Amino acid sequence: MIKNKKEVDQVISKFIGKKGSLIPLLQEVQNFEKYLSKDTMRYISEKTGVHLAQIYGVATFYTMFRLKPQGKHVIRVCKGTACHVSDANTILKAVNSELKLENGNDTTKDGLFTVMEVACLGCCSLAPVIMVDDNTHGKLTPEIIGEVLKKYK
Amino acid sequence: MTTIKVGLASCGLAAGAGEVLTAIEKHLAGKKHKIEVKHTACIGMCFAEPLVEFVSENNESIIYGYVEPEKVGKLIEDYLTGNPQKENVVISDILDAAENKNYAKQERIVLRNCGRINPESIDDYLANNGYKSLEKAIKEMTREKIIDEMKKSGLRGRGGAGFPTGLKWQFAYNSKSDKKYIVCNADEGDPGAFMDRSVLEGDPHSILEGMAIGAYAIGADEGYIYCRAEYPMAIRHLEKAIADARERGFLGSNIMGTDFNFILHIKEGAGAFVCGEETALMASIEGERGMPRIRPPFPAQSGLWGKPTNINNVETFANVAWIILNGSAAYSKFGTKKSAGTKVFALAGKIKNSGLIEVPMGMPLKDVIYGVGGGMKTDKPFKGVQLGGPSGGCVPAHLLDTIVDYDSITSTGAIMGSGGMVVMDTGTCMVDVARFFLNFTQNESCGKCTFCRVGTKRMLEILTRITEGKGKMEDLDTLQDLATNIIKGSLCGLGQTAPNPVLTTLKYFKDEYIAHIVDKKCPAGVCVNLMKYEVIEDKCVGCTACARKCPVKAISGSVKNPHFIDQDKCIKCGICFDVCKFNAIQKS
Repeated sequence: MIKNKKEVDQVISKFIGKKGSLIPLLQEVQNFEKYLSKDTMRYISEKTGVHLAQIYGVATFYTMFRLKPQGKHVIRVCKGTACHVSDANTILKAVNSELKLENGNDTTKDGLFTVMEVACLGCCSLAPVIMVDDNTHGKLTPEIIGEVLKKYK
Repeated sequence: MTTIKVGLASCGLAAGAGEVLTAIEKHLAGKKHKIEVKHTACIGMCFAEPLVEFVSENNESIIYGYVEPEKVGKLIEDYLTGNPQKENVVISDILDAAENKNYAKQERIVLRNCGRINPESIDDYLANNGYKSLEKAIKEMTREKIIDEMKKSGLRGRGGAGFPTGLKWQFAYNSKSDKKYIVCNADEGDPGAFMDRSVLEGDPHSILEGMAIGAYAIGADEGYIYCRAEYPMAIRHLEKAIADARERGFLGSNIMGTDFNFILHIKEGAGAFVCGEETALMASIEGERGMPRIRPPFPAQSGLWGKPTNINNVETFANVAWIILNGSAAYSKFGTKKSAGTKVFALAGKIKNSGLIEVPMGMPLKDVIYGVGGGMKTDKPFKGVQLGGPSGGCVPAHLLDTIVDYDSITSTGAIMGSGGMVVMDTGTCMVDVARFFLNFTQNESCGKCTFCRVGTKRMLEILTRITEGKGKMEDLDTLQDLATNIIKGSLCGLGQTAPNPVLTTLKYFKDEYIAHIVDKKCPAGVCVNLMKYEVIEDKCVGCTACARKCPVKAISGSVKNPHFIDQDKCIKCGICFDVCKFNAIQKS
């Protein structure tokens, strides 16, 4: 199902016919749809004439695109080199345990949080780091994760 | 008038610079102090964030670090009464400061404006020789002369490969076409590197100016900045810089009254490391999956949409305006014969002064780490430094006399790369680090070449096995074998360099691999499958400190009774070990 059909139509008409516009088109659609559902991709394909296979190919190639619904807040746990040597794995485990995420689930049942692992947030001097929505939190320890996440609950 | 500058780059904000700024504004509100508060970006001393700089009328500066919002009021008042506080001074030209000596060893060309000017103000940039270089280039120099200057400067591509920039421009210039493009690669994907982020956030106009000069030289009239979406502030600053430059006539049609036209777009990356490779980057700008293409044809002959295209990295472009304004001779004065100029490094890991530095090429690694970088952060000794991210390698302690230049670093098995330097101490397991990088590259492999796609996966499986204590000695030969074949059988830099971290750790830290395989031990105490935490019942007094601190509630037990750690729940974070005052937790 497409939630914001009007907005999707607007984005399509903004980019249609412009060269190299598939990625920004999908980015903008995802901004308000929160993820790219099968229906959304099919609809974009019908409207733009771009093959569905090509849209799906691009959507699955780049880590930014999500094919599943996403929580209200996105937690990006940095797994960059500096964070890795500063024990990012324990931070990730503490986040998952705080949010009671198990068995590879990345979104909480109440739909409040989605946890993602990212390659590097570029704040290496503050490792280990997580980013909740657009806010970066650095110099973390497993004990303070609960406190950090409380602000978003 | 006194100026107070607050560093508001991503790293500063994460450390609380926003709260410090609010506290300063609140303190000054309603008072009649003659103080101007300015925003700036990252000066590179990230370890001491939040940073606040006081600049007097006579341009004397004091930079304070570790500033707390509650204490800024007193900091300001003490400064104004002529008794500036002496604690937490990081750099100053009038006071003794911890980092004065280390800072003096730097040469700042790329970072000339970072942390000094307000990146969102084109007037600040103009007041610091901004766009003078572009004016000189398009009004006084021929295209050939510019390319010649770039060649003479000896500048080599700062993205990592080190191809001479002037020569690259020459190729694009030589291609005959009605349309050409210039592209800035700002898809800084190396984990552990943040040089480009800091320049984009702190001095976006220098990139615009460098690109405009390049466009003029090769005959392009359109350009793209391909910036990763994980850098929202960089994108915001670039957007503002482009809008301001257009308004003032430094971009657009008939720039500065000449017949030179140049328009610039930003393309947000969508998260794919391989897009740092130039042909994959172009595929991504065209809206496709970012998969590398076979070269030749090189981008200079057939690039974006089949047109001649020149691609340089952020740091390369940041050098251009300085070189054109000051001349190639002034630039090649720095550095070594084959690697001229300076290089920006992002210091991270177990180093004291983590942050951003710029040093002349030719400086020994030892001086970078122990001099400019201030040495180790922990009391554990130095073990190795990872250069060049997942494409690079680990340089061990006995090679720290190696100098920073493309060829010397390559001879160790690492690469210069884009400038990430992650320092590791004896608490870092090298097998785990190699596994970490392989995990990254196999995830990011685009899948086009079989050896890269399948080979890195097999290498990762072997490394994982070793870190779990299930390795065999013949695994080491298989790793070596796979590495050689992946290098030979891959089309682009990602695959060709992916085995480097394994090869260098095998070369310099083979005994650690053997310890994992034969003794089933991780000497650094990192590999969780080879260790566990247990309570020594006789020593445990039941104070409950460990149970309260355990982030996953793996410790159970009642007051004054010995506690117990549930090994299935334990994440081996070591907090119980650290908090126990009775040495009742043992690590084995």
